[in-house]
Amino acid sequence: MMKNRINQLFQDKKENILSVYFTAGYPQVNDTVQIIKTLEKNGVDLIEIGMPFSDPVADGPVIQNSSTVALKNGMSIKQLFEQLKSIRQTVNIPLILMGYLNPVIQFGLEAFCKKCQEVGIDGLILPDLPVSVYQEEYKELFEQYGLHNILLITPQTSDARIQEIDEASGGFIYMVSSSSTTGAKDKVSDFHEDYFNRVNQLKLNNPRLIGFGISNQETFENACKYASGAIIGSAFVKALEQDKTLEEKISAFVNRIVKPV
Amino acid sequence: MKYQVNKKGYYGEFGGAFIPEMMHPNIEELQQKYMEIIGSYNFRQDFIHLLKHYVGRPSPLYPAQRLSEKYGTNIYLKREDLNHTGSHKINNTIGQILLAKALGKKRIIAETGAGQHGVATATVCALMGMKCIVYMGTLDVQRQAPNVKKMKMLGAEVVPAISGNQTLKDATNEAMRDWINNPVDTHYIIGSVVGPHPFPDMVTQFQAVVSEEIKMQLDEHIGREFPTRVIACVGGGSNAAGAFYHFLENEEVELIGVEAAGKGIDTQETAATLTLGKVGVLHSAKSMLMQTDDGQIIEPYSISAGLDYPGIGPLHSHLFKTGRAKYLWATDEEVFEAALELTQLEGIIPALESAHALAALKKIKMKPDDVTVVNLSGRGDKDMETYLDHFGY
Repeated sequence: MMKNRINQLFQDKKENILSVYFTAGYPQVNDTVQIIKTLEKNGVDLIEIGMPFSDPVADGPVIQNSSTVALKNGMSIKQLFEQLKSIRQTVNIPLILMGYLNPVIQFGLEAFCKKCQEVGIDGLILPDLPVSVYQEEYKELFEQYGLHNILLITPQTSDARIQEIDEASGGFIYMVSSSSTTGAKDKVSDFHEDYFNRVNQLKLNNPRLIGFGISNQETFENACKYASGAIIGSAFVKALEQDKTLEEKISAFVNRIVKPV
Repeated sequence: MKYQVNKKGYYGEFGGAFIPEMMHPNIEELQQKYMEIIGSYNFRQDFIHLLKHYVGRPSPLYPAQRLSEKYGTNIYLKREDLNHTGSHKINNTIGQILLAKALGKKRIIAETGAGQHGVATATVCALMGMKCIVYMGTLDVQRQAPNVKKMKMLGAEVVPAISGNQTLKDATNEAMRDWINNPVDTHYIIGSVVGPHPFPDMVTQFQAVVSEEIKMQLDEHIGREFPTRVIACVGGGSNAAGAFYHFLENEEVELIGVEAAGKGIDTQETAATLTLGKVGVLHSAKSMLMQTDDGQIIEPYSISAGLDYPGIGPLHSHLFKTGRAKYLWATDEEVFEAALELTQLEGIIPALESAHALAALKKIKMKPDDVTVVNLSGRGDKDMETYLDHFGY
């Protein structure tokens, strides 16, 4: 069996990993494949593909809006799998699906996992699937289909619970910079240094990526000091709003975050 | 104890706490402490004191003479409409504000649809001197202007929820987002028996005073504690949960919930969740939901803003699934008719929500000796404009 691409990435690259989130079906319903290819071409290490949901409670206004537009465009999980059918013929970086539980339940949990494996998905982020329910009802199935479950921790998560989450996680841990919905405007000075240091001292099995409030080169680099890398979501989705070609928007955005080598 | 919540927060297969990790500290704190706090002597004392002297409980159980004659049976109305702020909602907000105080919280958030829960929350926040923020869909802010003004006068900040269809579901989303962003000092007073465990059970406990009183009052009226049946309207389901609670384990008592069918269950404009929904997860609980085949939540419709919700409390999904309670529905038209009937037979103008329960009287067979209790969950003041428009007075 092939090694999970997420593990491969973290084995090969220990720092400055850039993960980018976008909502499938936004701005146009058939942009998915081109966005993924262009992100890879521009040097992004990992991609989180958002499955839009009508009621995204963990998301701020930017991702809410992209979800609403994507759903109006007719996006669905079924269609997403259809779009991703041949993605592995060209794209090699790890791909993660991120979304809320209800559409996944309606698709059928096992059918969903099976499809993920077929198209070459490496992991899942389901913010409203708590670790206890995951362990009892989902873990076996995820593992059967080679899918890592990426769980979140926040500054309020206790050490004991972080250890528990680490045990249940695969791939990496999504370290939320501050307790908030996505797209919060965090200043660099607001970064919870104590929290990051506390987590680093726990000697966890899984590497960490920092997310929420990462929007530019400065915040990205600062986050990278405390983890293997960082995740950008809302800022990228916002950049897609501009009236330019996808190619232009994406390369300009990635180059703003990562200094050209 | 077949109908009680279990340790993990489930009623049968329904319930649980499907929360993002950001909400974990607040929910865990509640799960660990709520039973102890609301079971404590001091809490009980304060709760009972306020319900009696502030809310005006017990609310009467009124034998509705002319209504009974019309249907050839015995009908009793549980007068939650006579509570302070005009509905059963205050029972829950009194309980939760005392709980929030016991937890040392400084800031209260709430969602509201028609504004009844918002007003009941703003009221107890004024009473306790707590900061209060109420999320309300932009559309509802426009439709329910008097309640918005009431909340403001009570000192609450009303924040319009601009996402989605801008109604109750979206207001609930916004309140949850607020809670995620304020993980330490804030308590979220959910208005119904929905949301993550322990909210469904906690709100049920606070509303259970309704059936506790019905038992005692029936004993006074007819010399026994148990009616033939209890009827209540169901949106999220808090007034029904309260009216059913002490009868759940006595299977002789027939329990009937009435959902809002809006313009009809065969139309797109309806809110009959149990009749039309499928199992899913919304607002952190597994329950029956109105949704598309792709699992997107459908915007419901009902003339009554308080029943205009695409989900239902997990307790009701369980009672539905096990057959312990029956769930009927009433259309907007049937509801107007029932409201007018009560108004002109008994001189009581019911809330549109409560008129759904009254509309069920025409849909069930009642024997002359039957004793039927209808939970009159709220008064019609807030709906006068809708009534006047409809009847053309």
